[in-house]
Amino acid sequence: MKLDTSGLESTAPLFGSSSSELLDEISAAPSFALPNTINFDGFQKEAIQMVKPAKGTTTLAFIFKEGVMVAADSRASMGGYISSQSVKKIIEINPYMLGTMAGGAADCQFWHRNLGIKCRLHELANKRRISVTGASKLLANILYSYRGMGLSVGTMIAGWDETGPGLYYVDSEGGRLKGTRFSVGSGSPYAYGVLDNGYRYDMSIEEAAELARRSIYHATFRDGASGGVASVYYVGPDGWKKLSGDDVGELHYHYYPVMPSTVEQEMVEVTGQ
Amino acid sequence: MSIFEYNGSALIAMVGKNCFAIASDRRLGVQLQTIATDFQRIYKVHDRLFLGLSGLATDAQTLYQRLVFRHKLYQLREERDMKPETFASLVSAILYEKRFGPYFCQPVIAGLGDEDKPFICTMDSIGAKELAKDFVVAGTASESLYGACESMFRPDMEPEDLFETISQALLSSVDRDCLSGWGGHVYVVTPTEVKERILKGRMD
Repeated sequence: MKLDTSGLESTAPLFGSSSSELLDEISAAPSFALPNTINFDGFQKEAIQMVKPAKGTTTLAFIFKEGVMVAADSRASMGGYISSQSVKKIIEINPYMLGTMAGGAADCQFWHRNLGIKCRLHELANKRRISVTGASKLLANILYSYRGMGLSVGTMIAGWDETGPGLYYVDSEGGRLKGTRFSVGSGSPYAYGVLDNGYRYDMSIEEAAELARRSIYHATFRDGASGGVASVYYVGPDGWKKLSGDDVGELHYHYYPVMPSTVEQEMVEVTGQ
Repeated sequence: MSIFEYNGSALIAMVGKNCFAIASDRRLGVQLQTIATDFQRIYKVHDRLFLGLSGLATDAQTLYQRLVFRHKLYQLREERDMKPETFASLVSAILYEKRFGPYFCQPVIAGLGDEDKPFICTMDSIGAKELAKDFVVAGTASESLYGACESMFRPDMEPEDLFETISQALLSSVDRDCLSGWGGHVYVVTPTEVKERILKGRMD
């Protein structure tokens, strides 16, 4: 059994004829073998529970005067266990566009790479870069076609196109929102708290980078499932650039230096027997 | 998620040469949300006897209050402190009282007995004693703690070495656990003194 998703393909004609087998192979939405079972929903429910790492996350992105700032932590957890402290949650789609990763690690990685391919093909076919609006819609449409089948993706597509900075939130439930300020993941409430409080549209790049980094730091402090390294990316007219990647373990003592106190080394003479 | 993992904890006790060390993390959380980073999980029963309570914090505090009460009654009647072995039996008996509605705690008991002989032991939530000669662990990070202790522990360590070992074992273990960490608290107890230290750790 195969799920045929070819009907969901964009009708925009690609450069050259679409009969080329190679082109079809790459540009068509991949089709996946479906499990041969009578109880599809029950099977799905069990299968979903088996492939659910990288649940806890904090990611954020916001538009300001100079462009878009994107930041994320780097922890992957399975239940209470920390499986990695060095995950790349900001995915570089192309030199002008970034995606963030929350939810299933494999789902996010695969569909962002897939989106990267589609964006490149669009570029070759139309001799200009795809807009952030277009790219996010491409992803949202694919995710919607798999709705209810257990994909777990919560992402932000941030970039710079002909219209300036762009930012969209896209998730595996089919949602797609345009906005200037988003945070996704289990640590997002904490990140929003700091971000909303410190946000101004006319920030400088340095101020914005510090706000993004601080928001991630505070989220990693309060949220047990977020941590590791706080990476900050900036997307401007000349494409994206990584601004910082600070170990949160050191960042804490940078923000809150520990004053040596007298209680720290307490000596108690034992009386009695 | 298990009720034992509701607040998150990491506890460890190690035996050295005529001394012992007991250490815990400092986090109190509600599932993934960190509420406090200066929480006490290790309690002093008397100068040579310490009790660590991992698991549900509310039950840990209640249990501690009951144990202090019972220990004070013992002191009044006997005019001496309890031996660690006796105290372990008391904890076990109090836990088994609640056999069908237990305190959601896993205790770790560490003390110096007669002739300064170190004693450590742990228990499950209904009082099954588990004595050990080297180290005991408890809490949400217990799997990582076992691994760290198994590779770092050496018999008959001096107090300074013991402090280093227990601290490294604790800090490296909680770095693999979402629900514990945010600093550490270590007691090293020798026949002549009790050293208490707060450890800096990763705050994520």
